[in-house]
Amino acid sequence: MADLETFRTETRAWLEANCPPSQRLPAEDFEDTCWGGTKWRFTNPEQKQWLEVMAERGWTAPEWPTEYGGGGLSREEAKILNQEMARIGARAPLFSMGLSMIGPALLKYGSEEQKRQHIPNIVAGKIWWCQGYSEPNYGSDLAGLQTRAEDKGDHYLINGQKVWTSYANLADWMFCLVRTDPDAAKHAGISLVLFDMNQPGVTVKPIRLISGKSPFCETFLDNVRAEKDQLVGEVNKGWELASYLLTHEREMIGNMGQSTAIVKSLHEQAVEQVGLENGVLADSSLRTDITRWAMDDMAFQLTAERIGDESKAGQGTGAASSMLKYAGTENNKRRHELLLGIYGSQALAWEGEAFKDGQMASQWLRTKGNSIEGGTSEIQLNIISKRILGLGEK
Amino acid sequence: MALVLNEEQQMLKESAKGFLQETAPVEALRKLRDERDPMGYSRELWEQMAEMGWSGILVDEAYGGLAFGHVGMGQVMEENGRTLTASPLFSTAILGVSLISLAGSDAQKSALLPAIIEGKLVTALAIESGSRHRPAYTGVQASSSGEGYRLSGEKQFVIDGHVAGKLIVSARTSGAEGDQDGISLFLVDAGTAGLEIERVIMADSINSAIVRFKDVEVGADACLGPVDQGFAPLQQVLDIGNVHLAAELLGIAQEVFERTVQYMKERRQYGALIGSYQGLQHRAAHLFSEIELAKSVVIKALQALDEGSDDLRLLVSLAKAKVGEVATLATNEAVQLHGGIGMTDELEIGFFMKRARVAEQVFGDQRFHQGRFAALQGY
Repeated sequence: MADLETFRTETRAWLEANCPPSQRLPAEDFEDTCWGGTKWRFTNPEQKQWLEVMAERGWTAPEWPTEYGGGGLSREEAKILNQEMARIGARAPLFSMGLSMIGPALLKYGSEEQKRQHIPNIVAGKIWWCQGYSEPNYGSDLAGLQTRAEDKGDHYLINGQKVWTSYANLADWMFCLVRTDPDAAKHAGISLVLFDMNQPGVTVKPIRLISGKSPFCETFLDNVRAEKDQLVGEVNKGWELASYLLTHEREMIGNMGQSTAIVKSLHEQAVEQVGLENGVLADSSLRTDITRWAMDDMAFQLTAERIGDESKAGQGTGAASSMLKYAGTENNKRRHELLLGIYGSQALAWEGEAFKDGQMASQWLRTKGNSIEGGTSEIQLNIISKRILGLGEK
Repeated sequence: MALVLNEEQQMLKESAKGFLQETAPVEALRKLRDERDPMGYSRELWEQMAEMGWSGILVDEAYGGLAFGHVGMGQVMEENGRTLTASPLFSTAILGVSLISLAGSDAQKSALLPAIIEGKLVTALAIESGSRHRPAYTGVQASSSGEGYRLSGEKQFVIDGHVAGKLIVSARTSGAEGDQDGISLFLVDAGTAGLEIERVIMADSINSAIVRFKDVEVGADACLGPVDQGFAPLQQVLDIGNVHLAAELLGIAQEVFERTVQYMKERRQYGALIGSYQGLQHRAAHLFSEIELAKSVVIKALQALDEGSDDLRLLVSLAKAKVGEVATLATNEAVQLHGGIGMTDELEIGFFMKRARVAEQVFGDQRFHQGRFAALQGY
């Protein structure tokens, strides 16, 4: 424990010395958190500097092994790093699907060459990864996917269409689920391949959502090439990797409400907007709704922490990501409904400087997708029923 | 602090589970109820619990206890929620021990704590003046009388009141009802003249009582802690009690949930197991998710009791309110998903529903703690 205290002291001092002032302000817009990659435009030199000093220590990926550029921290040390960053309001130096999804998958399933090629670039934020999963006719029923990859000896030739590809327009590489054996049962003919997005045959078209502009794209793949050494794991065994990645995605989406945790709490915003009467929020129904939400939010954060601690201690039931995804996204939707209640008509303004161009309304609408993307709430409940509770047999 | 049990706590949980399920399952509570047992619990069972050390889990080693802490006791309470075992564990080993330890003089601790550990003394906390939890309203006036005090008034919902050797009573010595200052705590022997104790059988068949004070005279040495300053230790003990009630409610929620899921794998309608119907699966899966949330708030609050925390009160109200809500949902869903058989007294589900509501009412229900949670954060 003394070692952990030393680690805390040293980390605190290092962060104080190295985290630039602008990177300690709350991240309000998309550009405020760096996503990295070759097309990224840093909002200011400090954002670049913050990424570089953190990446140099491997602290963009604190728990990954040092041999691939990671921080090599224990879970307890990583927790301390998190707490110390939160203490000074430091932003995450990097946020990406490389860190949250394909990186962990490569560390678990990738070849040594793949790890050496891709992991250091993910840690350093040099390559932006996007995910090729859903297809127009295969959303919840993902395993039915039809994008075809033909074996051409030294490479695969890919034809098909992906949808809901986040930031496909900015991404450098895609990790993509493809059908390598069209005759096998639907779960048995899928593989995971990696390819460079910067090649002819990749066409990207942004999708406009009810919330306005969105990161989502349709991605058309016409005779796209993936090298053979970019097949992850074994051919036709991709569904296991897909499931593993979906688990990571669920955890990431379930935790989304947290990444902007430094903003004012709901009750503080409510007091500002609604006021107090005899020390109690003037709108008593709103007070109850906020309290019930805040309790569920705290319980959710504690559950994410507990499940992490349990898995570290080798306890627990596992397969918890569905529960976290379900509870986290439903809470986040409630949070944004409450913001509408707190800010009234102001929250529904769609254009105009005074309203940050409808940011609040747009964010509220965007949260409606949280319980759809990465497997709907109903799919999560199906998974809990079948895999955890053992229900389903007729 | 990692939100997991250590090895010793895990062992205590396992041994509590084994003992309670073997010795005092729900069937034992049914028997006490049906036979209208005058004590409302088995003395022999309480002696066995004392022999295992449960009565001393929260007592300092200086007074012969185990000083094992709240996380450990919470595991016993959670297991107790699965079996609905009737005993003075809550009234005495949690509330009595905690209040005497916090407010008592060394002489009082030396006299009372060892007797509790041995299973010879049962205590009951008499604090409620009405049917809704309002700890700053005492309902009992204490005025100076000779060297000591004279108590008059009435208390309700006194757990184990009719079997306790000593009552611990909150009474007003100065100020007005509703003030936190001016409340004092008194130890009153069960046989004292002017004391009337009326047993009340609650829906859950667990002991409760109305206690009336008609000019009850007590000596100066009956004061537990300084005069007029009883509210602070009382508040601390209410926090302790509420977390352990949350642990018990967590045990109830898990037990009815597991029984319900099991039933969904046995009961057939329309030629299929009812657990194969998605309409029911999603209700069960939602409940699973809620119970996971409940587990986390309970272990966090138990650890906060042991280690201290700036947010202790917030965590206490979070635990009591959230687990109260989850246990309510779990018992309601258990009856509905069992269907008609869930309504019968023969099935044990009803026992859990009744106990869940009573346990939630003790020291403030979910709405009380939602209000406190908000007030603690200034809104």
